[in-house]
Amino acid sequence: MRYLPLTDADRGEMLSVIGASDVDALFADVADEHYLKAPIGVLPLHASEMAVEQHMRRLSKKNLAAADAAFFCGAGAYRHHVPATVDHLIQRGEFLTAYTPYQPEIAQGTLQMLFEFQSQVARLYGCAVANASMYDGSTACWEAIAMAGRVTKRRRAVVSGGLHPHYVQTAKTMAKFTGDEIADALPTLQAAPDNDALIARIDDQTSCVVVQYPDILGRLPDLAAIAEAAHAKGALLIAVNTEPVALGAIKSPGELGADIVVGEGQSLGVGLQFGGPYLGLFAVRDPKHVRQMPGRLCGETVDAEGKRGFVLTLSTREQHIRREKATSNICTNSGLCALAFTIHLTLLGEAGLRKLAAENHRLACLAADRLSKIPGVEVLNDSFFNEVTVMLPTDARPIVRELADKKVLAGVSLGRLYPGADALARGLVVAVTETASEEDIETLASALEEAVQ
Amino acid sequence: MNAPNQSGWRPTMTLDRRDGGGTATGNRALMLEEPLIFEIGNTHTCGVDLPEPSTRANRLGGMARESEIGLPGLSEPETIRHYTRLSRQNYAIDLGLFPLGSCTMKHNPRLNEKVARMPGFLDVHPLQPVDTVRGALEVINELAVWLIELTGMHGVAMTPKAGAHGELCGILCIRAALEARGDPREVILVPESAHGTNPATAAFAGYRVENIPATAEGRVDLEALKARLGPDVAGVMITNPNTCGLFERDMKAISDAVHAAGGLVYCDGANFNAIVGRVRPGDLGIDAMHINLHKTFSTPHGGGGPGSGPVVLSEALAPYAPLPFVTRRADGTVELIEEENAGAEHPHTFGRMCAFHGQMGMFTRALAYILSHGADGLRQASGDAVLNANYILRSCEDLLDAPFGASGPCMHEALFSDKDFAEGLSTLDLAKGMIDEGFHPMTMYFPLVVHGAMLVEPTETESKAGLDQLILALRSLAERARSGDESLKTAPHFAPRRRLDETLAARKPVLAWDGPLAPAGTPTLSEQGGS
Repeated sequence: MRYLPLTDADRGEMLSVIGASDVDALFADVADEHYLKAPIGVLPLHASEMAVEQHMRRLSKKNLAAADAAFFCGAGAYRHHVPATVDHLIQRGEFLTAYTPYQPEIAQGTLQMLFEFQSQVARLYGCAVANASMYDGSTACWEAIAMAGRVTKRRRAVVSGGLHPHYVQTAKTMAKFTGDEIADALPTLQAAPDNDALIARIDDQTSCVVVQYPDILGRLPDLAAIAEAAHAKGALLIAVNTEPVALGAIKSPGELGADIVVGEGQSLGVGLQFGGPYLGLFAVRDPKHVRQMPGRLCGETVDAEGKRGFVLTLSTREQHIRREKATSNICTNSGLCALAFTIHLTLLGEAGLRKLAAENHRLACLAADRLSKIPGVEVLNDSFFNEVTVMLPTDARPIVRELADKKVLAGVSLGRLYPGADALARGLVVAVTETASEEDIETLASALEEAVQ
Repeated sequence: MNAPNQSGWRPTMTLDRRDGGGTATGNRALMLEEPLIFEIGNTHTCGVDLPEPSTRANRLGGMARESEIGLPGLSEPETIRHYTRLSRQNYAIDLGLFPLGSCTMKHNPRLNEKVARMPGFLDVHPLQPVDTVRGALEVINELAVWLIELTGMHGVAMTPKAGAHGELCGILCIRAALEARGDPREVILVPESAHGTNPATAAFAGYRVENIPATAEGRVDLEALKARLGPDVAGVMITNPNTCGLFERDMKAISDAVHAAGGLVYCDGANFNAIVGRVRPGDLGIDAMHINLHKTFSTPHGGGGPGSGPVVLSEALAPYAPLPFVTRRADGTVELIEEENAGAEHPHTFGRMCAFHGQMGMFTRALAYILSHGADGLRQASGDAVLNANYILRSCEDLLDAPFGASGPCMHEALFSDKDFAEGLSTLDLAKGMIDEGFHPMTMYFPLVVHGAMLVEPTETESKAGLDQLILALRSLAERARSGDESLKTAPHFAPRRRLDETLAARKPVLAWDGPLAPAGTPTLSEQGGS
């Protein structure tokens, strides 16, 4: 077996040092009736690198890769061009095969990268402090709700209808067990999000208001008005962003008054990967909330010679110190995805992120204009960044499937996101990033035109 | 937050020839100091070619950004150099032996990286129509079958995103099952030697956590456990092999006792790598166990994740598993079960734990690893891991106290204590001495039940020559610690940094760059020296 360096001679020598007759003797504490004396029979034996590669390639070919289609899927996961530099650097063994940086003297590479990552995320979100990552946007969103409960000592989260339904479901699952209340709502099919209705649901028992920005239908809610209303009732505003590229074009949630900003960082550096691993981003606007944050934090310090260095810090919030009193049970997070994100964002810089955002928005405007010309198709949004909801004359799901057969991945139907919500079934969320060409947009439009006739 | 510390090396620092070894740049040959991106980048530089924005009116609904974000950019060569230089300040499994107990730092085959990057896996959206992702579903199902067979369990929840998330999944299954029978219960019993995630998870799921005592030989005290069981105990969380590196001999008896008292058994599978192909947790009466794909099945740790924590479940708990999941029909097709069809297919699910389908990128890597080993190779791997740990245990126990050395063979990790160290010298000092010897330190001060614990896990990745060098280092360090060698107290001496001031970091937290960016016209990295 190519991954195992010991030879039988080595094993024999080592067993004699140990004083055991064979390897099985080392498992003497396992009761005989529970010890397997041979490899499990129903499973195949070892295979060569070539054989495994061929098997996996065969499976991969059963999927329709985005690059082989006109591609417009979004709804929380976005396809962006990732520079080759990113994937090269994250595969350096010193990053890829390192552990969590608990030994800072020999982990300054990971630690400095995390400090830079935290600083970038904080700036992007308009916040004071960001942590070193969470699993993904959906789990970061629940952790924010839990944190708002700790800060306000209240248990009722008011959730906007524009929050990604998987994020809502995740929070509701957790809340069922923690005794929190998640007051959610379905999205209303309006050109702009219904802020007034959301604000009317905030009361003096509300721990937080959770608003996605841009929302699941691609619209841009006015966070400032919601922040003001939440704060007036003593509640926190949690802003959720699933498309960080948008923040190159729109105001940051922090500057609009959000107290906790969380989101999905997958757009930058990480890739689609059928949904994971992704990158949860988590930041707070006010540094006084730092000690209620979940997850790891990297901070600056000096070494014994006075040189600048970085360490994991404020770990008295965390499970390995606080055990059952920790702010979260999270341990492993998304370190390598954070590295991919920070490299991609360093390559872009301010100028690049703004250009990238502008290009996304330009193409989305183009697509919205083109799609709205199709008879029977209507663009819902007044405002959007790179994602719009179009209303089709009939149920969108069969049309999406039909178009997929023609290698057009037209978007995510609201029927898929909200099964059973008949009022939403005609909705199709179409995301347009820089990876979609104007020709792809035309392909989508003509295919859709044909399908809805 | 506070301004960055004013002491220490800075890119602008001038000539320093302290101890005769100083250089004008602060660099030392291959050891290159590297500024922060905020000190060398500016908001105008961009390492990606993108079209200039057109002047079209926007449809951002009045939310258009007006202020600067403050993000530094670097050109592509500067970016490559920045991160390459940073990478060289890291220890890694690719570089050497990484005997971090309980963390399982084993070889990360590059085939797995190649497989995960196949376009059909990497470039696929989680919400594409199911007919366009049958291959992805087959990967999930194939891996699920392996995990079920290797553990002898009934089903597996694939979506949890890391070990702790898997623990939560298992505990929520237990809670859902107990609530379904109208008997919610309040207490989860956890041994003191458990990973910190165990009590944190149980508390998060709304349970009160109580300790299970251990015997003098480092295992769960079965009689004490039996005495505590009762109608308020929802279940136990037990790590097997445990964090003292020992197999819980009484596991089946523990499970039987817990079941007889109406509770359920969670097993922390962080150490499953010791017994793969040799013991099936299902045979020991386990109801739920997470499997860290990033430990046992070698998906890279990546400097702190991503992980992946599928949870295998007994027949009693499988009906409560979270959504979504993949199932194979009698006709061989694989089907995705989500909210939409759960009502008919999986009505008792406790819900969804995260968006989308779990850590697909880890599934492809883990499956490639498993297929490469096969049933025989996996069994050999666990045997070699245990052999290597016992070789270290028996080669060092005359100099390093092994508190449970007399309890029989260890599993995949050898546990030592600081018992015979000279006064003033600690486990921390020995661990930092490991760094100078060219190794990553072992796990320190864990498990909590042993004073000054040192948990050494070599894994099956190491050759005998590699182990002999580690033993040489451990024995030398043990002798220095016993004899009171003061120089150990200031180790490491040869690392990129000396010991770091963690108290300062916590007392005056600097958690983000707070200064201005490099002004326009700042010399590039190469002009600042160092290349």
